[in-house]
Amino acid sequence: MHQTAVTTAANAGGLAPAPTMTPDEALVEAHRCLMCWDAPCTRACPTTIDVPGFIKQIAYDDLIGSARTILESNILGASCARVCPTEVLCAGACVLNDLHERPIDIGRLQAYGTDGVVFGDIDLFKPSEPTGHSIAVVGAGPAGLACGAELARLGHDVVLYDANEEPGGLNTYGVASYKMDMATSLREVDFVRRLGVEIRQSTAVGSDVAMDDLLVDHAAIFLGVGLGPVPPLGLDGEGLDGVADALEFIADVRAGGVDLAGQRVAVIGGGNTAIDAVTQAARLGAERVYLVYRRGRDEMKAYPHDIERALTSGVEFIHWSAPVRIEGSGSVAALVCERTAYSGGGNGVRELAAVPESEYKLPVTMVMRATGQEKRRGFLDALDGVATDAGGRVIVDENFRTGNPRIWAGGDCVNGGREVVNAVAHGKAAALDIDRMLRSDDAARE
Amino acid sequence: MADLSVNICGIESPNPFWLASAPPTNTGDQIARAFDAGWGGAVWKTLGDPVENVYSRYSAVDLNGQKMMGFSNIELITDRSLAVNLVEIEAVKKRHPENVVIVSLMVESNPEAWDEIITQVEQAGADGIELNFGCPHGMSERGMGSAVGQVPEYTCDITRWAKASATVPVFVKLTPNITDITVAARAAKSGGADAVSLINTINSITGVDLDSFIPRPVVGNKSSHGGYSGPAVKPIALNMVAAIAADPVTEGLPISGIGGIATWQDVAEFILLGSTTVQVCTAVMHHGYRIVEGMAEGLSNYLDSKGMASVNELRGRAVAKVTDWQSLDINYIVKAEIDQDKCIHCGLCYVACLDGAHQAIGAERTQDDKTRVWIIDDLCVGCNLCSLICPVQGCIEMVERELGQTHMTWNEYLSDDKPGELHPRPKHGITIGEA
Ligand SMILES: Cc1cc2nc3c(=O)[nH]c(=O)nc-3n(C[C@H](O)[C@H](O)[C@H](O)COP(=O)(O)OP(=O)(O)OC[C@H]3O[C@@H](n4cnc5c(N)ncnc54)[C@H](O)[C@@H]3O)c2cc1C
Ligand SMILES: Cc1cc2nc3c(=O)[nH]c(=O)nc-3n(C[C@H](O)[C@H](O)[C@H](O)COP(=O)(O)O)c2cc1C
Ligand code: SF4
Repeated sequence: MHQTAVTTAANAGGLAPAPTMTPDEALVEAHRCLMCWDAPCTRACPTTIDVPGFIKQIAYDDLIGSARTILESNILGASCARVCPTEVLCAGACVLNDLHERPIDIGRLQAYGTDGVVFGDIDLFKPSEPTGHSIAVVGAGPAGLACGAELARLGHDVVLYDANEEPGGLNTYGVASYKMDMATSLREVDFVRRLGVEIRQSTAVGSDVAMDDLLVDHAAIFLGVGLGPVPPLGLDGEGLDGVADALEFIADVRAGGVDLAGQRVAVIGGGNTAIDAVTQAARLGAERVYLVYRRGRDEMKAYPHDIERALTSGVEFIHWSAPVRIEGSGSVAALVCERTAYSGGGNGVRELAAVPESEYKLPVTMVMRATGQEKRRGFLDALDGVATDAGGRVIVDENFRTGNPRIWAGGDCVNGGREVVNAVAHGKAAALDIDRMLRSDDAARE
Repeated sequence: MADLSVNICGIESPNPFWLASAPPTNTGDQIARAFDAGWGGAVWKTLGDPVENVYSRYSAVDLNGQKMMGFSNIELITDRSLAVNLVEIEAVKKRHPENVVIVSLMVESNPEAWDEIITQVEQAGADGIELNFGCPHGMSERGMGSAVGQVPEYTCDITRWAKASATVPVFVKLTPNITDITVAARAAKSGGADAVSLINTINSITGVDLDSFIPRPVVGNKSSHGGYSGPAVKPIALNMVAAIAADPVTEGLPISGIGGIATWQDVAEFILLGSTTVQVCTAVMHHGYRIVEGMAEGLSNYLDSKGMASVNELRGRAVAKVTDWQSLDINYIVKAEIDQDKCIHCGLCYVACLDGAHQAIGAERTQDDKTRVWIIDDLCVGCNLCSLICPVQGCIEMVERELGQTHMTWNEYLSDDKPGELHPRPKHGITIGEA
């Protein structure tokens, strides 16, 4: 069939995740690895995966071994392989960067090195002797899954409660489709289930079950509740059709069936959620996609590689602009913005301020806010002994213990929103501490 | 443009690049195409009583994802009739009179058989013949090939028979499956050989299928040892070529160098160690005849850069540079030096020297979380290891040290009047035995 040789920026890429490596590709890539001593990639990994170790195992065609190396450190190694910002983590630390060569494609090698076990039917991990303890995990996102998986491997009964219809947290509903699709996230959750955890979906703790009941039924509780939705900005016109939380949009995209043909989309914000929303909108064929951010490129929280991807997908960046109101009758017709600039405030502190009489209209049909998720204050404040800081983050010690001796917490609700791999590291560390505590209590009782 | 033409025992060749006797020289059509591509000569696939081959006959060793570092075959000599080959030899020589056609031969060990086939191939127009005393598999079970090459007396006798019949030069192709190649070369020379070709393939098993437990290549439910060739065998071939070139008994015996040749550098190395022509098989099986273009261009550019008008000026220039260990200067001192600006902090030299050499490299974690390495000069024995494994070009160099030491060989060191002192060696301290 004849295809027109025009690749518009908008249709470049698509939403399909990177294909998995073929054995030959993996072999060649694995052999590029220098196998550094005291490897910087391992040091850069929040779960300290022995990267040269698993890469060597791939190079020598031992995919059971590579899966074990990866999963022992990071039970969600399969999703981390896909969603981790490796450019600023392991691959960013790769010494080949200093050689001005392409760093090792650690992410895709990690997928190659885990998929066979995680999505296959090899049961690598045998549960330990049952301890007779039951632990509740609130939230089946990455933090909760990692915590639950680790506890199950240590012989505890684990019940994960999750408010959503499907488990996986933002791995299922939030990460960009071109990194990992929903089905892959759910298959990884199945792998965690195979380790022996029970997951109760559509069960919100606090409304569907009471926290007090959990404290009665379980010896310990881990909170991996993540963050909430992006709150409204309080703009006029925010109730119009076509205005949405970017997270909802992304969740809809992941569920499939979103059609943006003819739509002109503005996304407000400069962080990772904003960048994922604009890129997916552009790749879904929206007519125009704008990222509206009140500061300059340098101050965006989104990663440079993600910004690059957005630009090559055809997204237009509008800097130094803040939304004023949304216009339209019934549905969105325009986003009205004003220009912003730093004013040299006294005592050397720069302040961002609106430029007087700088309003302009952006003709759009959809407006999404990606201006930061709210904390789950309502839920957390109701918990006895669980304290939060001024930013709404749960306060924990180095072992992820909250002020309540039977409650641990980790993931986004603790760090205010970082990466999947950080959530996994928290969940695992908390699990080890819970296990330690329960066993020492047992020993004391004997 | 340097002159690439050579003369080997009276045979003029437009260049030193020949195809070795093997599948790339199976047929007249192939050889004619190879000559069109630029090969100067070809050694015809070994003729004799035509054989039947097994179907599955090759296997390979890949290295780090690169294909065919080593290649193994269990193929026998030609499976085509002598009559057909003779017609083709004649046709090729007619079409390419300037190119060299050497015909490889292998028949049973009696003078009549050799006389008959030599007469026929000479009539067809062969510029020379090559006695295949090297094939290490299959044919050797029938008392031919390496079964001959491994017994100096047989090598000498059969060479003598061939020389008695032949009017064209006789090459003897040697097997590397022996202990001392010079013995085989001397035997060939004493039988009257005009030149030697080496090496043929090396006995090998390339691997075992870990599911079926059958070594490769798999033939039904069994395998058989094969002949190893390709890049992996080049160092072995170079050593054998050098040994013959340096042997006073075989001095001046022309050599056609073979084994793992794929690039112009390989060719130059074989010539430097005494080869007049070179022969190539595996690299052509891998990449086709066109590789000769790069060889010709590269060798010619190299000779120009060295100010040499002819490839003949290169021949043998490295032979005298191979000597016995006992004649080396044990007071020649080199030490490793690391260029910190080039270092990428992989730590590979550190662990290599620590575990595999002399614990002469220090390492520490810097404030910006990198691995900094440095040479502990007093402990460095100058073994080269770190510079060999360092992935960055020019980052670790071995630098010669003039410390007032005198040149001294091992033999001189043992003698009564030493020319000087042995320069002190770094020594490992005692740690594990300490109380
Ligand atoms: C749009 C977007 C894109 C992202 N992309 C990436 C990326 O590419 N790579 C990356 O590494 N990170 C990415 N992140 C960050 C990453 O998703 C999070 O850091 C990670 O998911 C945090 O895991 P968590 O388990 O703490 O929280 P979550 O994944 O948010 O999971 C929390 C879970 O708790 C459940 N829950 C909450 N309250 C209750 C309750 N009361 N009762 C029962 N269940 C409850 C929720 O339903 C949810 O399933 C992204 C985040 C966003 C928002
Ligand atoms: C498939 C195959 C068949 C060969 N057949 C012969 C042969 O019939 N006669 C012979 O003298 N050498 C034969 N050889 C050996 C080659 O001529 C050559 O000596 C050897 O392969 C080393 O050179 P290379 O590394 O360039 O391949 C054969 C080699 C291969 C790979
Ligand atoms: S040359 Fe050998 S001994 Fe010296 S530093 Fe390098 S590896 Fe160590």
